[in-house]
Amino acid sequence: MAANSGYEKYKSDGSLKGNLLEWFDARFPATSLWRGHLSEYYAPKNFNFWYFFGSLAMVVLAIQLITGIFLVMFYKPDASLNASGVPVAFASVEYIMRDVNWGWLIRYMHSTGASAFFVVIYLHMFRGMLYGSYRKPRELIWVFGMVIFLVLMAEAFMGYLLPWGQMSFWGAQVIVNLFSAIPLIGEPLSTWIRGDYVIGDATLNRFFSFHVIAVPLALLGLVAAHIMALHEVGSNNPDGIEIKKRLGPDGIPLDGIPFHPYYTVKDIVGVVVFLMLFFAVVFFAPEGGGYFLEYNNFFPADPLKTPPHIAPVWYFTPFYSILRAVVWPIFGLEAKFWGVVAMGASVVIIAFLPWLDRSPVKSIRYRGPIYKTFLAVFVVAFLILGYLGTQPPSPASELVSQICTVVYFAFFLLMPWYSKIDKCKPEPERVTFK
Amino acid sequence: MSTEGKVDCGRRRLIVATAAVGGVGAVTAVVPFVSSMLPSERAKAAGAPVEVDVSNLAPGQMITVEWRGKPVWIINRSQEMLDTLVKLEEAVADPKSDGKQQPEYCKNPTRSIKPNLLVAVGICTHLGCSPTSKFKKGVEEGMPDDWQGGFLCPCHGSTFDFAGRVFRNKPAPSNLEVPPHTYLSDTRILIGEDTKGA
Repeated sequence: MAANSGYEKYKSDGSLKGNLLEWFDARFPATSLWRGHLSEYYAPKNFNFWYFFGSLAMVVLAIQLITGIFLVMFYKPDASLNASGVPVAFASVEYIMRDVNWGWLIRYMHSTGASAFFVVIYLHMFRGMLYGSYRKPRELIWVFGMVIFLVLMAEAFMGYLLPWGQMSFWGAQVIVNLFSAIPLIGEPLSTWIRGDYVIGDATLNRFFSFHVIAVPLALLGLVAAHIMALHEVGSNNPDGIEIKKRLGPDGIPLDGIPFHPYYTVKDIVGVVVFLMLFFAVVFFAPEGGGYFLEYNNFFPADPLKTPPHIAPVWYFTPFYSILRAVVWPIFGLEAKFWGVVAMGASVVIIAFLPWLDRSPVKSIRYRGPIYKTFLAVFVVAFLILGYLGTQPPSPASELVSQICTVVYFAFFLLMPWYSKIDKCKPEPERVTFK
Repeated sequence: MSTEGKVDCGRRRLIVATAAVGGVGAVTAVVPFVSSMLPSERAKAAGAPVEVDVSNLAPGQMITVEWRGKPVWIINRSQEMLDTLVKLEEAVADPKSDGKQQPEYCKNPTRSIKPNLLVAVGICTHLGCSPTSKFKKGVEEGMPDDWQGGFLCPCHGSTFDFAGRVFRNKPAPSNLEVPPHTYLSDTRILIGEDTKGA
């Protein structure tokens, strides 16, 4: 064999000569997709730690899809009682944990994956807030991302019903009943969601259907839209300046590097570290101290008895606290309706960040002290709300959560004002890169 | 023949009409799918009445039975428990049961047919949790020291007295529901059905 025979297949630009790939490219944009999204997608060269979480979200999505496919092979969405008087759905989860080969691993990967998804997504969103990634021209990326966040919450909520434990049942009971607070259409709406007058087999079956088919399909489509919008306008970076403003003679941004191989390799390092942490939880603390899998959910659903303390899973608790913080009836409508409105608004308002932020700079690096203070106070309020949401209600915690709710909304609603008057530092011409 | 820049109004009308008819068809096609998610005929037919024997229920005791997937409490209230109802009239939000949470024949001070036997749906009118019984007076079960006995909802802290009446300034908007029920004999109750206007 000739030593150089392998190289004769390639043209000067590295692509394969008249062969299978060319046959393919004439019929499907394989090479142009590869180039457009990977080998010739130029990302700023100054990405830091915070830029791991987008690719990690995709990794977790893959983990959830794969483990989910296998769980569906053994899980049964059936609320009726088996011969030993245990709901079939609950028993099938026990079966997965005890009798299916490696079932415990697959199930713990899925349940830990749910929490990991929200850890990664919250950090991914916070990255966007730090560096102003939602600002023009990336508004639509942010809006798609917020829809993904909403859809992900629906996915997690419906998935949590499936083990048919006490927290599954009573959590769903409370959340579905929230819809009944809407004037006029509320009661019929919550009956329609349940498919029965109480949470029951009909509810379990439809949540299963949504959880494994409808919502994942929507999620995949939205992720595609999110990435397509990103690759259309190009990535932001920790300096919050546009690399496309400074092009080299070849028309490529001076501060851009091809996503592949530079960032694929970097992200693989991130994935390795993430998987180490992820499997540390899966193997050694799969219940996450009662935060990832709540203890009451190890009891089968009992429609006649509410557990003494019910709380949502940790990733919903900041919004749940906002719901509980509203205790006054306004305009003759009961407090629970306004609680639902406040909770809905607290999620939706994040989507409006691109239009609320009037700062001349994007990145936290060049923002002034006012924005930094507001952001810090907002983060603290968000964490306190999250903690209080896991706790039983008390008069003291009610007051604290009311204050934090005001801080939460003030961060957004006052932003057009304080982001404009802030003393910003000048942005650099080129990205900062050591 | 149409020339450039000139709109063929006839064709445009046809396009609009076709789109409108198509839209109506699309919306119509949604109806069966949305409607399929409503309670099925079987779910509507379920909820057969439940017969309960209360001959062994001593004063001060309570049993829970399932009716339409919900917990229904039957409490045999002692004289001491009944006495608290009068004392609490100021403290509860709807002492006279003016709300529509009970059949007409239970719109009375004890919210029951027989004064001692309360039949109530054990589902909090706030967000649907099932309240826990806190029958002992005072602080013994973690309640305030002026507690007269009743129920506490663990989810959002609503409290109810021995007639299922909600206390003032609690998240629950109304009293616990009293289901339609009737006495088949002195000790047998049929829950879910009543004799008309009894």
